[in-house]
Amino acid sequence: MHQSVKFYQTGTFTVGNRLLAPEQRSVQASTERSNSLNSGHRACQGCGEALGARYAVDAAMRATGNQLIAANATGCLEVFSTPYPETSWQLPWIHSLFGNAAAVGTGIAAALKVKAIKAGQEHSPVRVIAQGGDGGTTDIGFGCLSGMFERNDDVLYLCYDNEAYMNTGVQRSSATPPAARTATTMAVGAHPGAEFGQGKNLPLIAMAHEIPYVATATVADLRDLEAKVEKAMSIHGARYLHILVPCPLGWGAASHDTIRLARLARETGIFPVFEAEHGEVTAVTKIRHHVPVEEYLRPQKRFAHLFGTPGHPEMLAKIQADADRNIRRFKLLDEAPQEA
Amino acid sequence: MLKQIEGSQAVAQTVALSRPEVICAYPISPQTHIVEGLGELVKSGALAPCEFINVESEFAAMSVAIGSSAAGARTYTATASQGLLFMAEAVYNASGLGLPIVMTVANRAIGAPINIWNDHSDSMSQRDCGWIQLFAAHNQEAADLHIQAFKLAEELSMPVMVCMDGFILTHAVERVDIPAQTEVDAFLPPYEPRQVLDVNEPVSIGAMVGPEAFMEVRYLAHAKQLMALERIPQIAAEFAERFGRTTGGLVRGYRCQDADTIVVALGSVIGTLKDTVDELRDDGLRIGVLGIHSFRPFPLAAVRAALEHAKRVVVLEKSFSVGLGGVVSTDVRLALSGLGLQGYPVVAGLGGRAITKASLARMLREAVADQLQPLTFLDLDWRIVNRQLEREAATRRSGPIAENLLRDVGTVASKVS
Repeated sequence: MHQSVKFYQTGTFTVGNRLLAPEQRSVQASTERSNSLNSGHRACQGCGEALGARYAVDAAMRATGNQLIAANATGCLEVFSTPYPETSWQLPWIHSLFGNAAAVGTGIAAALKVKAIKAGQEHSPVRVIAQGGDGGTTDIGFGCLSGMFERNDDVLYLCYDNEAYMNTGVQRSSATPPAARTATTMAVGAHPGAEFGQGKNLPLIAMAHEIPYVATATVADLRDLEAKVEKAMSIHGARYLHILVPCPLGWGAASHDTIRLARLARETGIFPVFEAEHGEVTAVTKIRHHVPVEEYLRPQKRFAHLFGTPGHPEMLAKIQADADRNIRRFKLLDEAPQEA
Repeated sequence: MLKQIEGSQAVAQTVALSRPEVICAYPISPQTHIVEGLGELVKSGALAPCEFINVESEFAAMSVAIGSSAAGARTYTATASQGLLFMAEAVYNASGLGLPIVMTVANRAIGAPINIWNDHSDSMSQRDCGWIQLFAAHNQEAADLHIQAFKLAEELSMPVMVCMDGFILTHAVERVDIPAQTEVDAFLPPYEPRQVLDVNEPVSIGAMVGPEAFMEVRYLAHAKQLMALERIPQIAAEFAERFGRTTGGLVRGYRCQDADTIVVALGSVIGTLKDTVDELRDDGLRIGVLGIHSFRPFPLAAVRAALEHAKRVVVLEKSFSVGLGGVVSTDVRLALSGLGLQGYPVVAGLGGRAITKASLARMLREAVADQLQPLTFLDLDWRIVNRQLEREAATRRSGPIAENLLRDVGTVASKVS
């Protein structure tokens, strides 16, 4: 079952800095990594979700000594990883429905708890993750997720947020940012793209449940993602990790820009990267090189209507104001940005 | 042990004797007393090790059950009515995945208009979901069927619904023989899953299946139901041998041998029918009752064998396919294909309308005289129906139907006769 990973490149990000000192190396640098999401799956070139899932699940596998079970919501990750009769998953994995991954995770955790009690153990050595995209998490799966949170069930939920329903052809979700063009918020009319003043911030909602651990991460900082997964697996109870995963197809971006866009989302303040425990923010990743939102938005065709002639400078200003609010709210810069 | 006990408590105690490992539930009348009973048993430690999870919806209840069953735990839940509909997507998923969950359905009407009382609309709405559906005629059978259901479900790796009439059975206090733990343990072996989420032997459960194999996967679900047709009577016989009473099985007849007229029914109304038939027999009518105890799989051959010597069949059902008529009747007709029997679907008891012996006797006398309509609604109040139809013909904004009818009836009390 277990096979060593063969590396064809060395010293790159993709193999996790394996030329670094052993203690600094990523999970991905090890030829003994679980390779939970194996090669050969059908994700698009440059898929942020495939990258995020591979790092997150491998890190969870290392943290648990490969004693891990995954529940997966319907969506891109499920479809591209398990076209019958193939599967890319190297761990026990179940897909039930679009809206129930968190509840399926709860059920698995309950079964494992009973098995542990029967074996005379305090906690099950086998742990549970549940995972889904932003639609399966913030919209259709939200009820089950909130229930899992409030009962403090022993499940780590991983949301791979690419900000729309990509699997069905890029429709708006409640994680779609304002002004973004999707197939159901077209770039037409006086107010093109998604509405301002809508959408929900799931990390903050998760925090409101006062669960032991909530964190955000992006695929631009894979070591940070790994560290947060490992920290999450060191805790029992409900945990939530919200990972920004750019989608080249849905965002209208070049597949080689996935990492860059994820980094720009953080460096503009559009996507705050932080950790919270029991409802309180405990750490934030400071912006190292603050840039205006335009640098993040311009490479994405979903925001093309904001630029050019006549463009929508008023919408651009609103997006900048939202990013500046994030910076103030989460103290992402040591000095608050000047008001526009 | 013989106990004078509420139906829900009898079910709770027998489910407990089946050693469930995970129980999840969301409250809905009239299922509540069952899960309250189990919740107390878990909380007190009497059922340890067993997890009881209070979920946020029926959709979550079935989803938690899917997770725990796939992880190898014997899993139980209960619901009714709107709750069954709310979990419908997960109900289909559980059977599609072949997970042996056992669920009680405390049969109740579906709104609108909202109605908490008994009929069979809820489980009939899930007729084609792939679950085995067993129907209890009385509380002893409701209790016994749960033990049989776990055995059947786990042998076949298919989920089983045990349907019992809401309130009429769930809230009725009757004499029920609750077996001893050792007896149940000897009958029901520990759960050995066919598929399980196991870190030592990783599998992917729930992969996408395209046109190349989807039909085959679906056929195999049907093949399991056909196996259930054989196993259900065998399990009922094993149960009878060990526990000394006959409950479950596919169908059970009452005074059918020489009957010209046979009434087919499911659930608690079978008891009322037996009493009615006894009285009609005293008057010289050759009439019998056929109780269907397994609705899915539907026992076509057993129904045909039981009915083929009769002259006419009345299907008395607490379900209604709007725009067609009977639900069970359609299946019974299929069982009687090619036979020249007269068939009379009778829809009765919707939303808790009491089915009295007087009404049954009147209807059955008409049936014996071949005077029944092609579709009968037992005790339908044509006066208020026609009044509403007239109102709708007379004015465009005729208003909400339910409120109009209640105003016409002039009472909010349940109609009994």
